[in-house]
Amino acid sequence: MDLEAIWLSLKLAALTTAILLFAGVPLAYWLAVTHWRLKFILESLVVLPLILPPTVLGFYILIALGPLSPIGRAYEAIAGKSLAFSFEGLLLASILYSLPFAVRPFTAAFAAVDQRLMEVSWCLGESRLRTFFRVTVPLSWAGILTGAILSFAHTLGEFGVVLMVGGNIPGVTRTVSISIYDEVQAVNYSNAAMTSLVLLGSSFLALSVTTLINRKAVY
Amino acid sequence: MIASENCRYMGWLDEAARIEMVDHSSIKKHEPPSSNNINWLDATGEKTSTNELTADFEKHFDGGPASIRVKLHRPMATFSLTVLFGPSGAGKSTTLRCLAGLDRPDRGIIRFGDEIWFDAERNIFLPPQQRNIGYLFQDYALFPHLTVRQNVAYGLRKFSAPLRRQRIEEITSLLEIGGLEHRFPRQLSGGQQQRVALARTLVCRPRLLLLDEPLSALDAPTRHQLRRQLRHWLVQLQISTLLVTHDRSEALAFGDHLALFHAGRVCQNGPVQEVFAAPADVNAARIVGVDTIAQGRIVNISDGLATVEVGQTQLVALAPPAGAAIGSEVYICIHAEGVTLEVGAALPETSARNRLVGRIRAVDREGPIVRLNLDCGFPLKALITNQAYENMGLHEWSDVVALIKATAIHVIMSGPSSREGKIINRSRYGQI
Repeated sequence: MDLEAIWLSLKLAALTTAILLFAGVPLAYWLAVTHWRLKFILESLVVLPLILPPTVLGFYILIALGPLSPIGRAYEAIAGKSLAFSFEGLLLASILYSLPFAVRPFTAAFAAVDQRLMEVSWCLGESRLRTFFRVTVPLSWAGILTGAILSFAHTLGEFGVVLMVGGNIPGVTRTVSISIYDEVQAVNYSNAAMTSLVLLGSSFLALSVTTLINRKAVY
Repeated sequence: MIASENCRYMGWLDEAARIEMVDHSSIKKHEPPSSNNINWLDATGEKTSTNELTADFEKHFDGGPASIRVKLHRPMATFSLTVLFGPSGAGKSTTLRCLAGLDRPDRGIIRFGDEIWFDAERNIFLPPQQRNIGYLFQDYALFPHLTVRQNVAYGLRKFSAPLRRQRIEEITSLLEIGGLEHRFPRQLSGGQQQRVALARTLVCRPRLLLLDEPLSALDAPTRHQLRRQLRHWLVQLQISTLLVTHDRSEALAFGDHLALFHAGRVCQNGPVQEVFAAPADVNAARIVGVDTIAQGRIVNISDGLATVEVGQTQLVALAPPAGAAIGSEVYICIHAEGVTLEVGAALPETSARNRLVGRIRAVDREGPIVRLNLDCGFPLKALITNQAYENMGLHEWSDVVALIKATAIHVIMSGPSSREGKIINRSRYGQI
């Protein structure tokens, strides 16, 4: 079993999930409450990674991270190293790739909170931000947790985007699924089976937990 | 109000002083001079308030001609309960939401005392957080994840713990919701939820309370009980209130002042009894539920009495105050309670001016009372007790004599009136 790859995948998944919580929650809240006419464009963009082949997404991200793009050049100028084929580049790709798995459950949960509860809170003198933490979050925690678990599990198992953007550098960009692929290529079926079992178990656990919390979280 | 109860809530009123903004001119307008002096000298600030609510705004709705145009002016210096009355979709709730700051009007102003809550031209819009008002939703909107106590304490975050406790205890005992503290909203009955929602709002001591159909979601017995209590509590706490309802009896039982809504406009304004007794135009008459409205023509005016010809029948009524002349087209309004019945050759010596021979066309029994549709040359509705109905041996097609006092017939001028806020046929209003 490739423990190094498992550790790397866990690190990647944890960081991706944390960042998606910070960035995805405000984005999802905004999507849930705004009446902006062009909202659908943003909604489609968020969901795009669900439909797009990972190789296509990976290709564009690779181009965007590479030395030919302004982003890649800017990063290189600041950090002194390339974003492509690095852990940071991989992290960025993971965030984009898992975006729908976080933002969609968040948005659904926020939209399900009765608007009038927030209005009551405003009338009782609480600011919008405070209302968000005192009313919206407690009433949508199940959706937030679901989004977090799904993006974690999804990042853990991603393959195509990682291969395109990160390559296969042990300890840097070689994640669990790539490790499995390598083992199979090398006809090390027993190693591949062990690692696969870990992924299968963790995915099943994640889905069970989300199903359970969504069943219980009813007021 | 009873003195001891006054004292009990003195603390309450004391603190309310922070809101008072005094404006001499408005005192003179709305308070008799003597009470003006007393209020003015009262250093505690107890109700020296001359807060006036002035709203004059317009709001349009997406996708259609629907709009509301509201003109309201209410003194807030002393307790008063203003009822916004009208059919569903007339714009009452939207008006309340605009006053609360939950909706933003498109044009006009809203002022409270010398605070400006909304001014379209100066682009001022005070959010609900800064208006210091109470707003109660139709189905209460209690926070489902919080206990009763946490719900009630929700708006008191900025207060110290002892003060918070004291406030909660006061309101809990006034509204009789003790013992429910640790329950969740889903474990409460409708009436209890209503009280908790009210407590959550009142505990913050709002300067103005806005109630959106507060009783409509309750079953009839609870509604009747709460109707009596609600007014009592509001008087005790001296919190001026605007209440939305489409229920006649609620408006009559609660209100001091009534604003009549029709198709997005305030079509009449005045003391509740007055508006109900003397609707200004035919729309107002329909909304307040006048039982008989018939078209007629004035054929004679003398001694303040007008003779109106309705079909073949002549009726004597109090003459309308202005604008009436012989030949004027008018509507007559008669409440069913104002009609009494007798059978056969009746005695002529009665104070009723109008004796109409008619026939019962339809009988509608509503428990102890009977609603009758008569044909007296025009359709006339009457209301008598079941007892009287049985005693007189009435049935469908019975011939009866209907007696109506001249004072029970209200005459309104037909045709476009010059009243402000008069509705000019815009029939298709969306749900507002």
